[in-house]
Amino acid sequence: MFGRRTFFKYLYGSLSLATVRAAWLSSGNLMAQKPPLIWDVHFHLTSWPGETPEDRMKEVVKVLDRMGIDRVMLSLGYPLLENPSPEQLRAENDQVLRAIKYAPDRAYGFVYLNPNYVQASLDEFNRCVRDGPMVGVKLWVARRCNAPELDPIVERAAAMKAPILQHTWLKVSGNGPGESTPYDIMELAGRHPGVAFICGHTGGDWELGIRVIRSAKNVFAEIAGSHPTSGFVEMAVRELGPERIIYGSDAFGRSIASQLGKVMGADIPESARRLILSENLSRVLTPILRAKGYRA
Amino acid sequence: MIDVNVNLSRWPFRRLVGDEPAELVAGLRKRDVTQAWTGTFDGIFHKDISRANARLAEDCRRYGSNLLIPFGSINPKLPDWQEDLRRCHEEHKMPGIRLHPNYHGYDLKDRAFSDVLHLSAARRLVVQVAVCMEDERTQHPLMRVAPVDLSPLPDILKSEPGTRLMVLNSDHVHNLEQVQKILSAGDVYFDVSMVEGVGGVARLAQKISTKRVLFGSNYPLFYFESAMLKVRESEFADKERQAVLEENARRLLGA
Repeated sequence: MFGRRTFFKYLYGSLSLATVRAAWLSSGNLMAQKPPLIWDVHFHLTSWPGETPEDRMKEVVKVLDRMGIDRVMLSLGYPLLENPSPEQLRAENDQVLRAIKYAPDRAYGFVYLNPNYVQASLDEFNRCVRDGPMVGVKLWVARRCNAPELDPIVERAAAMKAPILQHTWLKVSGNGPGESTPYDIMELAGRHPGVAFICGHTGGDWELGIRVIRSAKNVFAEIAGSHPTSGFVEMAVRELGPERIIYGSDAFGRSIASQLGKVMGADIPESARRLILSENLSRVLTPILRAKGYRA
Repeated sequence: MIDVNVNLSRWPFRRLVGDEPAELVAGLRKRDVTQAWTGTFDGIFHKDISRANARLAEDCRRYGSNLLIPFGSINPKLPDWQEDLRRCHEEHKMPGIRLHPNYHGYDLKDRAFSDVLHLSAARRLVVQVAVCMEDERTQHPLMRVAPVDLSPLPDILKSEPGTRLMVLNSDHVHNLEQVQKILSAGDVYFDVSMVEGVGGVARLAQKISTKRVLFGSNYPLFYFESAMLKVRESEFADKERQAVLEENARRLLGA
């Protein structure tokens, strides 16, 4: 019978994930106790060991197996480039394309775009998403996302129903010049109410970020890349509802463990945990996955 | 399992699940923790630190006898702090103390720090130094506190040879060179609560020895499961895992 003690044995490491899953599946109440599917919306190839994207993906899969992560959304290549040229964008996205081709059952790709190069970004979107296997857009710190230059990129994403993962922070010491805040994403989301925006890091200072995005139903809170401070997920569930929260880690820089612990340790209903760990992201991606013929 | 980094009382900027003593103890027991080295948030912020330490000892006894092991706070910038140290050791029977140099307004080059180490070594007390409590980028705008700079530690440890020191709440993986210098200078240990990066705990252990890495969660300020899952992520052999989760702490306290 699966129980709390089994779960903690798994955490200790004396049980494999397969054993835990088997225990879950053999337990009396399947619906209530089936292990949650885990999808990570915020995952990078940077800093993983390996010379090639395939080498790195091999290492990624080992860790995913160990941690019970079913699928990751890969974005950015290596090295990390804050304001990549069009050529660099292509090279970074090529790395992600190779990685997801190596492990298509474990990773989807989010195309990295740079609003400082709008036409090149549109071309790259067409290459990687419209005509390629990627399913979302990743925007980082090249330009604040409230800029009008974002609009054609968002319109192109909207046409394919591709969600947009936008990095945001609210640093008490001040953000970098191109670094977006949750306020910026709210402006953009207001101009494009039909597009799903994933507010990366929920602004880092999540007690502010959650409040900033509270009124926009098309903006999701993403929990990656901050200390595992107690209360984050509980507040998000309380203020946004569990349907608007998406799990992500920001690995390799962040430990998968430290970020996953935010959800596994949160004092929330199991149904909310499942939504956060994969069901919300799966729901957001379903239209584009179906359009591409992937199993949604 | 022994958790070397737990706190009682209230974090001033938010209520936490587990910030009532009975709730904290229930949370630890539920997670199979058999011993928790427990400080108090009051020791960071209160001037009447003697009372904070007495309350800590009292709460540990009342709510978590045999589970909560009190680690009192010492602020060497307070008048007559030596009496606080004496009370922690002699009256409250604490095996160690916790320092928050950044919140108490001194750096490690300050003579006060050496003095605390010296007197603690004479009493065979374990000294825990918390590098930070939260991300500097998300602190309250009126309470911005930079992390403790550990670079003076190697020199200080060489001049205080009896010191048993534990560094809490630091992401050592990003500065392994400094960690090695610190280790080579004395009897020093590190907790895992703020170690980041995939497999960060294993990388730390590989670099400095598994014997120097201890399980600390920073609970209830942090989600306990985050620290627990880090140990899993690191894929230790059973013996190494047991060392990190329990044996290293037991050996340190028994020494």
